[in-house]
Amino acid sequence: MASRLTTFGNDLYTGKRSFNFVGGRRTWYLIVGILVIASVLVPVVRGFNFGIEFRGGSQFQITNVAEAEAQPAIDAVASVVPETVAKVTIVGADGVRVQTDQLEQDDSHAVAAALSKAYDVDAAEVTSSYIGPSWGADVTRQAIFGLIAFLLLATIIMALYFRTWKMSIAAIIALLCDLVVTVGVYAAVGFEITPAAMIGILTILSYSLYDTVVVFDKVRENTAEDGEESKRTFAESVNLAVNQTLVRSINTSVVAALPVAAILFIGAGVLGADTLRDISLALLVGIIVGTWSTVFLAAPLYSQLREGEPAVKRHDQRVLKERERAGGTPGLAELAAE
Amino acid sequence: MASARKRSTRPTSVRKAWRSLSWLGVIIVALFGINAAGVIWGGGSWTPKLALDLEGGTQIILAPQLESGQTVSQEQLDQAVSIIRQRVDASGVSESEINTQGNNVVVQIPGELDEQTRQRVQSSAKLELRPVLLAGQPSDEAIGDPSASPTPEPEEEPLESTPSVPPTDGSDLNWVTPALQDEFDTFQCSTLDDAETNVAPADEPLVTCDQSRTVKYLLGPVEVSGEHITDATSGMAQTQTGATTGEWVVNLVFDGTGTKEFAKVSARLFALKAESPRDQFAFVLDGGVLSAPQMNGVISNGKPQISGSFTQESAKALADQLKFGALPISFTVQSSDTISATLGSAQLQNGLIAGLIGLILVVIYTLFQYRLLGTVTIASLVVAGVITYLAITILSWREGYRLSLAGVAGLIVAIGFTADSFIIYFERVRDELRDGRGLVSAVEAGWKRAFRTVLASKGVNLLAAIVLFILAVGSVKGFAFTLGLTTVIDVLIVIMFTHPMLQLLAQTKFFSSGHSWSGLDPTALGAVYRGRAEFRKPTAVPAKKAAASAGEAKRRQTIAERKAQTSTAEAEPTTEGKDS
Repeated sequence: MASRLTTFGNDLYTGKRSFNFVGGRRTWYLIVGILVIASVLVPVVRGFNFGIEFRGGSQFQITNVAEAEAQPAIDAVASVVPETVAKVTIVGADGVRVQTDQLEQDDSHAVAAALSKAYDVDAAEVTSSYIGPSWGADVTRQAIFGLIAFLLLATIIMALYFRTWKMSIAAIIALLCDLVVTVGVYAAVGFEITPAAMIGILTILSYSLYDTVVVFDKVRENTAEDGEESKRTFAESVNLAVNQTLVRSINTSVVAALPVAAILFIGAGVLGADTLRDISLALLVGIIVGTWSTVFLAAPLYSQLREGEPAVKRHDQRVLKERERAGGTPGLAELAAE
Repeated sequence: MASARKRSTRPTSVRKAWRSLSWLGVIIVALFGINAAGVIWGGGSWTPKLALDLEGGTQIILAPQLESGQTVSQEQLDQAVSIIRQRVDASGVSESEINTQGNNVVVQIPGELDEQTRQRVQSSAKLELRPVLLAGQPSDEAIGDPSASPTPEPEEEPLESTPSVPPTDGSDLNWVTPALQDEFDTFQCSTLDDAETNVAPADEPLVTCDQSRTVKYLLGPVEVSGEHITDATSGMAQTQTGATTGEWVVNLVFDGTGTKEFAKVSARLFALKAESPRDQFAFVLDGGVLSAPQMNGVISNGKPQISGSFTQESAKALADQLKFGALPISFTVQSSDTISATLGSAQLQNGLIAGLIGLILVVIYTLFQYRLLGTVTIASLVVAGVITYLAITILSWREGYRLSLAGVAGLIVAIGFTADSFIIYFERVRDELRDGRGLVSAVEAGWKRAFRTVLASKGVNLLAAIVLFILAVGSVKGFAFTLGLTTVIDVLIVIMFTHPMLQLLAQTKFFSSGHSWSGLDPTALGAVYRGRAEFRKPTAVPAKKAAASAGEAKRRQTIAERKAQTSTAEAEPTTEGKDS
């Protein structure tokens, strides 16, 4: 099995076997387009489910409690509004604080009554109030500001490193698609958008770009090293680079996804841990989409951006002519012709 | 060619490998030593500190102090939250939570609160800049008999309390009515806390004292509000030639409005130089005077400098208070309680169990894919894990770094990201083997290529971490810190552990003979297909320019190659050729 993947890797490396990532780009663009549109539509139709950290919520404060424990409060809240997750904190020696999503007036009264019963205290010892969002506008704004600054800087640095801004553009477009699709999946699943989820999404930025840089480094190596006398068209060089790094892409995304999947399914599914669930879903989707978008979107897009350049065009035509003279090599020839 | 290369590099590569490994050992021992020293002498610990969600902490409720009839708007509350958040974050990556509850601001800080942070949250509040009208020694000598102090009773002798002539500007002495003069004369600095100077109206004069209670002031109305200060730093004063005078000063930066307002005031006060103390401008924090420097010139660029008899500490303290002191309203501490964790240790345990299972899966997959070479990955991960753990523990001791559940998830995810760079490297080595190189040379050539890729891609990661750390607040800052730390450690490991290990293993018979279980079996890697595989000439990687200065060497070589290419069409293909 392992050797089968090794052989597979060998064939990809030599070009004996090749997936036409660049040539089939219309199909991939179409798939990505559908995914992106769906990802935009889902939140528009269903709306985002923002967590208490973004929307604010209801807070109940119970004082003069004989035994300050969390469990009675969790049970009491669940008995009134089962769909809400209560955050319970012990305050001082005899106080209990319960935070929930924003509740309706009636539910709020019912929860207060249930809490006073659960802790066996006077109804007057339970106060309820509105708690403002702790991830207020300014934290969100700062995070988004950071994101934009990162995108701009990354674009410039990649352009300098690769010495072509077209790679930057392709990488950033792929990155934005990753973000949109991840957020779309989040909205479709209906998980709450919490700070942990936001952090997961920010991590994807880093991972998606990282993956693209690795593949583009190989693309750059191939397209540059082959030079003028290359027997391949530009698109074929890009495609070969993607194929040559394919085993790496598969291996790295499997290795990156395994711990995340473990957190998602074992940590959250079996043992129940919401912070872990939120962050790991965003990461799992991001890793898969990030790998996919590099191969199916970023690389074909880069090839397309460069093919129009006169030098590249001249080179491609010469290669095709030589090939024709040699009797026409089957394979990827047709994809450069478009 | 290849055999000559082998002979020349074998001893050096082995020596280099051992040197790297020794240095890595030194680093680990040093980190271990620092932590041990921290545990023994500095109150450190062998486990990292935990954040609010896992450990609980201290909750401080701040209630707004309002004049009667004054109300607080949501906007003012949000602004206050944002400023307090900055203040709390200034003490490091603290993972604090700050929100509003009704009219109150609730600040939750993990762990036990240190005095400095408590001060930051509690003491600094509303900052105002007022011109000085009168200053004098406090009449506190007779502090023993405050009841006997000759406080005039208004009914008996009603003093005039509205200016007979309307004052034209903030420094106009017409503000000083007989009633105010009397209040100033009888004011005792010991009563400052009860005087409610912090809720004084902004458009009227104010009688107050400085914070050490050695000088009392009669101040004009507020002329610049503290929220117009965008930055305040402390530093050594410099002469025009740039030499330091050795005197500590505080440098202020005003925003646009503040610059205009301050320029107007400074021109007026500077003109009053002969009439000291009316050339002084008081920084009033929470109703007490922080500092009342004299105006030594007209400052129109919005960047005044406060000098005086500062020490380094007092200059820094004043700068901090000015920078973070600009709340729109005053707050008072209503309660301060310890609070429990919202998630608790069960969640942390779940996370760690999940992480362990994830790690085992990674190990199985790696062994499956890379056979015995996978053990290098596992060993690298273990070393990375040890260094990360020590670094986090030390940072949580020195810098107040705290691990939240999201941070734990981030670290587990870092397992995959770290293994990523090993995979890039291994795949490159395999590529070189496929091209028909010997193992030793394949390891060096593969490293040279992989190193570039790893640096470029990890550079992007580090960039993300740095930008987010600088620009973000709250828990995003903590996350960015974790991301940056693991990225740096990853690069360190791949250079100082993974590569040297591979260099050494390449010398062993097991690996160099290409044993089918080594993961580097040339036959399995298809080195026999020399047909179409030979699209890169092995000479493309010069032997002498080995790994050490790979990047620089590559760049130089590129220029040389480019020149060569212009002279002859048969030249070595360039790296840059078409990428322009």
